Amino acid sequence: MKIIIVGMGMIGKTILENLIGEGHTITIVDENKEKVESLIEKYDTLGVVGNGACLDVQLEAGAKNADMVIVVTGSDELNIMTCMVAKKAGAKSTIARVRNPLYRKQTEEMKEELGISMVVNPERETANEIFNLLSLPSISDIEHFAMGRVSLVEVVATEGCALVGETLISLGQKLKNKVLICAVQRNGEVIIPTGEFLIQEGDKISFTADTKDLGDCLTEIHLNKRPFKNVMIVGGGRIGYYLTEKLAQKKFRVKVIENNEEQAEEMAELLPSVSVVYGDGTQHSVLTEEGIEAMDAFVALTGSDEANIIASIFANRSGVRKTVAQVKNDELTNMLDSEQYLLGVSPKHIAASKIISYVRAIANSEGSNVITLYRLVQNKVEALEFVAKAEEKFYNVPLKDLQIKKDCLIACIIRKGEVIIPNGLSHIEQGDNVVVVTTHKNFDDLTDLFI
Amino acid sequence: MNYKKIGKILGKIMIMEGILMFAPLLVSLIYRETARNVLAFVIPALVLVGIGFLLQIPKSQRETLYQKEGFALVAVSWIVMSLFGAIPFVINREIPNYINACFEIMSGFTTTGASILEDVTLLSHSSLFWRSFSHWIGGMGILVFILIFIPESKEGSSMHLLRAESPGPQVGKLVSKMKVTTRILYLIYAGLTVLEIVLLMLDKPVAGYEKDKYFFSILTAFGSAGTGGFGMMPGSMELMNPYSQYVIAVFLLLFGCNFTIYYLLLIGKIKHVLKSEELRTYFGLVFVAVLVVFLSVYNNLSAMPQISSGEEAFRHSLFQVASLISTTGFSTTDFNVWPSVAQTVLILLMFTGAMAGSTAGGMKLSRIVIAFKGMYVNVRKTINPRYVPKTKFEGKVLEEKTTNSVLAFITLYVFILMFTVLVLSFDPINQQAVTVTSDAGVYTVQHGFFSNFSAALACISNIGPGFEAVGPYASYVAFSPLSKIVLMLTMLVGRLEILPVLILFTPKTYRKS
Repeated sequence: MKIIIVGMGMIGKTILENLIGEGHTITIVDENKEKVESLIEKYDTLGVVGNGACLDVQLEAGAKNADMVIVVTGSDELNIMTCMVAKKAGAKSTIARVRNPLYRKQTEEMKEELGISMVVNPERETANEIFNLLSLPSISDIEHFAMGRVSLVEVVATEGCALVGETLISLGQKLKNKVLICAVQRNGEVIIPTGEFLIQEGDKISFTADTKDLGDCLTEIHLNKRPFKNVMIVGGGRIGYYLTEKLAQKKFRVKVIENNEEQAEEMAELLPSVSVVYGDGTQHSVLTEEGIEAMDAFVALTGSDEANIIASIFANRSGVRKTVAQVKNDELTNMLDSEQYLLGVSPKHIAASKIISYVRAIANSEGSNVITLYRLVQNKVEALEFVAKAEEKFYNVPLKDLQIKKDCLIACIIRKGEVIIPNGLSHIEQGDNVVVVTTHKNFDDLTDLFI
Repeated sequence: MNYKKIGKILGKIMIMEGILMFAPLLVSLIYRETARNVLAFVIPALVLVGIGFLLQIPKSQRETLYQKEGFALVAVSWIVMSLFGAIPFVINREIPNYINACFEIMSGFTTTGASILEDVTLLSHSSLFWRSFSHWIGGMGILVFILIFIPESKEGSSMHLLRAESPGPQVGKLVSKMKVTTRILYLIYAGLTVLEIVLLMLDKPVAGYEKDKYFFSILTAFGSAGTGGFGMMPGSMELMNPYSQYVIAVFLLLFGCNFTIYYLLLIGKIKHVLKSEELRTYFGLVFVAVLVVFLSVYNNLSAMPQISSGEEAFRHSLFQVASLISTTGFSTTDFNVWPSVAQTVLILLMFTGAMAGSTAGGMKLSRIVIAFKGMYVNVRKTINPRYVPKTKFEGKVLEEKTTNSVLAFITLYVFILMFTVLVLSFDPINQQAVTVTSDAGVYTVQHGFFSNFSAALACISNIGPGFEAVGPYASYVAFSPLSKIVLMLTMLVGRLEILPVLILFTPKTYRKS
């Protein structure tokens, strides 16, 4: 596809990095000349320097024949206008980042009237992600396939959970094949396990399950702990606002600590059921005073990565069961530890992955077979969702009779809306969606899986 | 340094060269040459492919190349290509001396066209083909060629390679994808070459070379496409019919144009083309140069019996200007005996070269234009310190950074040129008399400063023939081996535009940190 990305901030760069390897023809637009030059140097792409909302700049970038224009500059209004101009110039579809909560209610109107195909709100997506992490206490990561029908979750095999000391085969019998373990991290290494693989204490395990059954599955492996009730949020910015709203709706007891008086007052006004505290939530004394020890979960969303991480560690030491910190700088993510349920979220990655999956969905309708792609475990593992399209000889053959490459695993098959967690006797039919987990890179068709 | 990855790409280049050697091999078989001539290409081809595959075995830790590694890789590959490309000449004993053979093929790949052969008619068809074919390969750049075939990498380290091999101060892509860009460039290149071959084939054969009419048309087109300049008959293009000489002159000028211009023409952006400052400068310069050379030659017709009419004087002037501005080095007459005004103009053209982004050598016109504009700004600033300098080039504001790097390039260029002249002056050949036989008769010249200077200039600008003892009817064979090696490196410096070669010879490149 021909794609134009306007705005080379953190999100723009992440999108570029991910899409460039997938065979798209990409042109980047930014007002900063040095930025454009250094990116052209690094990636196989063409750059245009200028204001993306100018028709001339767009035409130079080739908006006339573009399949998609992604606009992710810092300003909402500029993004909306750029999309309008792109649409007029002839671009097939447009994506805009719009983050101001005031515009949220008119999203549908904007899409219709202004010809924007997708509106992405990074803060809101991040809030959703954090909410997902908080609603299942035992998981440290969750991704979705097949419109949310299938979940890929990461858990830690702690002492006393039903996973430890079992092989994959015995586990399958025990859990009636409702979950499939597709990747295990042990001592910093990633293993795509085979049937005889023995799970040890401390392993980080990724497994797929039908989203409906997820709660039951977690109960069965004794990982479903008491649900969270009390949540403390430091930083009442946009993510904080969206998250608090969502948690309050689901009857969580939320306490927000915000160090900007105006913002604190605004929040208290908008969300009357929430207790808002005015104070510096990065100071440990304040946290203790506000009762950190009684909290089930802690979320740090201030502007400083370091403060978020340190506050999270403090909360963890104070006995909070799960903490989530906003970390913008990828390098700092390593300071957190998902084994201790010290988690990090990065708005740029979340927004970028939202946009990327939309792009993939469109590319898919034009011939590519990948619907969703997640990179897990510091990008060491890829989980991809394929559609079984053309007639192939491996259809309707039991999986145990197929020659599958090393370090690859068929994690899930979705047939006519029904989720099948496969075993050796399952087979693939034409029209199925198939989720594959692998440490190989650059799979772009189901046939790549077989020898 | 990521030696394993460099080795891997180098290996691919060697395999590619091995495959390319099948072309002269085919020629050898078609003309039923001796077994030795056939083996001369079979052996090095097999060796190249073998080593190339061996280099693919080690696995590299890092898939990407940093800029300095990319540049060093380009320089190394050109040297390796020449070292292996010389082997056929040694095996078939047509150029038994290995250094001479290296000189000849390096001159071929860098599209210089400086030859150590005194009589090209002694070469077999396959050798002639390999020589001219090397021009065609080297003209566009071998790594750029490889880039069409190696799979796309996620990280675009290939941009360094394109930059290292493509002539000109600013290197851009035509379209977003590197692969597509290189493909378009090569298609334009091949298209123009085929067109020239066809037009040359339409001419009547040259007397005495009737059998080789088609063969020579192909070789001539290779030589002009890469703006190389190896001849295949005595006296370069002297024996060609006037029609062919006009065709060649026009195509030389065309191959001196930036290839982006053809792309813009193909997609119908004629307005952009007409606006190009460099293109206007190029044709303006050609017009003025032809006019001055023609007038100077025409006024001295009485002193030159080899040129009989005004038409001939014009044809030779046009041909020589086209040949030297495009840094090809073909000749239709002995310009060594031309009046000094004409010679001076030709020497100046040897410095400038043609447009950036073409197959020509030299400093490139865009650099000259930028340098002049930069100097103008400097002078204005000296006169009026409060003056705010904003000059434009090709519609974009000229940044001081660009101007500075262009001025640095020109300084280095002249410095390396002078260094080469200095080395040549130590050659024992100096003060010796050389007898030259040309269309202007037989005369002797002394090997001295002017010969050395023009030899160094002709090598760094990738032209080939110079003046006096290295004129169009003479050869480089008399130089000592040391001088030849220095001249070879000078050619490479000129073709790769200094930096890659300089990086290769900087000890810092090999240090770990």
